[in-house]
Amino acid sequence: MTDWAGYIGLIIDGAFVTLSLTLCGSAVALVAAFLAGLGRLSRFTAVRALAVTYVEFFRGTSIFVQLFWVYFVLPLFDISLSPFQAGVLVLGLNVGAYGAEVVRGAIKSVPREQFEACIALNFTQYQRMRYIILPQALPLMLPTFGNNAIELLKATAVVSLISLSDMTFQAQIVRAQTGNTFVPFLTILVLYFIMSTVISRAIGLYEKRITRGLDGVRS
Amino acid sequence: MNKPIIRLDKIVKAYGTHTVLDGLSMDVKAGEKIALIGPSGSGKTTILRILMTLESISGGTIEVDGDYLYHMKDASGALVPANEAHMHRMREKIGMVFQHFNLFPHKNVLDNVTLAPILTKGVARAEAEKRAMELLEMVGLADKARHMPAQLSGGQKQRVAIARALALSPKIMLFDEVTSALDPELVEEVLNVMRRLGEETDMTMLLVTHEMGFAHDFADRVLFFDRGRIVEEGPPDAIFRNPKEERTQNFLRKIIAAGHRV
Ligand SMILES: Nc1ncnc2c1ncn2[C@@H]1O[C@H](COP(=O)(O)OP(=O)(O)OP(=O)(O)O)[C@@H](O)[C@H]1O
Ligand SMILES: [Mg+2]
Repeated sequence: MTDWAGYIGLIIDGAFVTLSLTLCGSAVALVAAFLAGLGRLSRFTAVRALAVTYVEFFRGTSIFVQLFWVYFVLPLFDISLSPFQAGVLVLGLNVGAYGAEVVRGAIKSVPREQFEACIALNFTQYQRMRYIILPQALPLMLPTFGNNAIELLKATAVVSLISLSDMTFQAQIVRAQTGNTFVPFLTILVLYFIMSTVISRAIGLYEKRITRGLDGVRS
Repeated sequence: MNKPIIRLDKIVKAYGTHTVLDGLSMDVKAGEKIALIGPSGSGKTTILRILMTLESISGGTIEVDGDYLYHMKDASGALVPANEAHMHRMREKIGMVFQHFNLFPHKNVLDNVTLAPILTKGVARAEAEKRAMELLEMVGLADKARHMPAQLSGGQKQRVAIARALALSPKIMLFDEVTSALDPELVEEVLNVMRRLGEETDMTMLLVTHEMGFAHDFADRVLFFDRGRIVEEGPPDAIFRNPKEERTQNFLRKIIAAGHRV
């Protein structure tokens, strides 16, 4: 009789790795998305060029290859990252590149009249972004950000490549040791599904909260 | 002594090859109430947008309250294009109310009015709110302070927009067809606010309008524009009752035919 409790424990350990990767990766992705998204709208050509290069590069190459480079090639230039750091960095930058387009699109979809009202009221560029444009653009970004976070969650499985024991990695170990495929993979199927559901519910709730005033309900 | 508060000198404005203003010069005295009238496309909005720094100019100079708007003097005294800091200082003198209100939809009425004084003038919140409530009182909307813009009618939105612009106490106010996006029954409530402003303040006001009756009562001076030029100007009675230029006469005839009161 297989001692499933111990094996499930292994998978739970992996689930924590997956969860940390997802959370930290999303944090990096969010920062990267805003930096690059705002960068693409900058008045300075150099800043725009840098942002475009980042976005195109990370969207145009696979996450698998990026991970390989960061983990195995960067050390040749004396930059070594732990597997976890490398995973977070690559996942974050990769998803951030997609997020940058979302940030840019949402900002551009705020009506030009809102910019003009800000000029007439003599706001600085920063004040305009911070108090008027971003608060209106954010609700437009959130649904796609939610999808991106779920994409990131699913992409975490590639980190087993650099010997990080995430959930998928652990399931494979359990499968190898027990000869049973059904139990470990059903377990992680359910766990992935729970995590993605939690992400999309959380984003949905946040979206509801920040758009409350906009559809005419008293704030 | 009595220098004009606004002086446009040979202003040129072109969009690509299309020249909208071709060397327009005009003066506005402090406290003057000016109505700009004229056919569609004659450049009325363009003039207000240029004064609000929402457009750039292709040539000429503008002085506002003794300073250049789009230029500044460098160390040798030569005129050079103004930097953002200079424009920022100049914009303090000017406020604008738009045809489509352009309220901030995510802020309630009170925040719409207080945000600019708090951010751009460093006014304390309590003080900004006190002043905002006075202004909302003046435009008859004190009871709507906590409403969101989406909950207001067009006329109410426009009155909030007027209060919002007034909250910065500009010396010059620009109004671009502020009633033409409104349902007919809501026009009067906005015009009443404007009328009071005209009577009770010494602000300089430039108003683009198709409401000829209102322009007649409100303005000290009426400028009739056509194709980017001032065709005729003078006191309202002279322009509306006794226009000299044929183009002015034709324009007014068409407006009256379209059912506007003069
Ligand atoms: N962004 C732009 N690009 C190109 N042409 C423009 C632009 N804005 C205005 N124009 C042109 O400039 C001219 C003057 O426009 P403006 O909006 O100032 O007219 P107006 O007198 O306000 O007309 P209306 O009574 O219809 O509001 C028009 O011929 C218009 O087509
Ligand atoms: Mg116009």
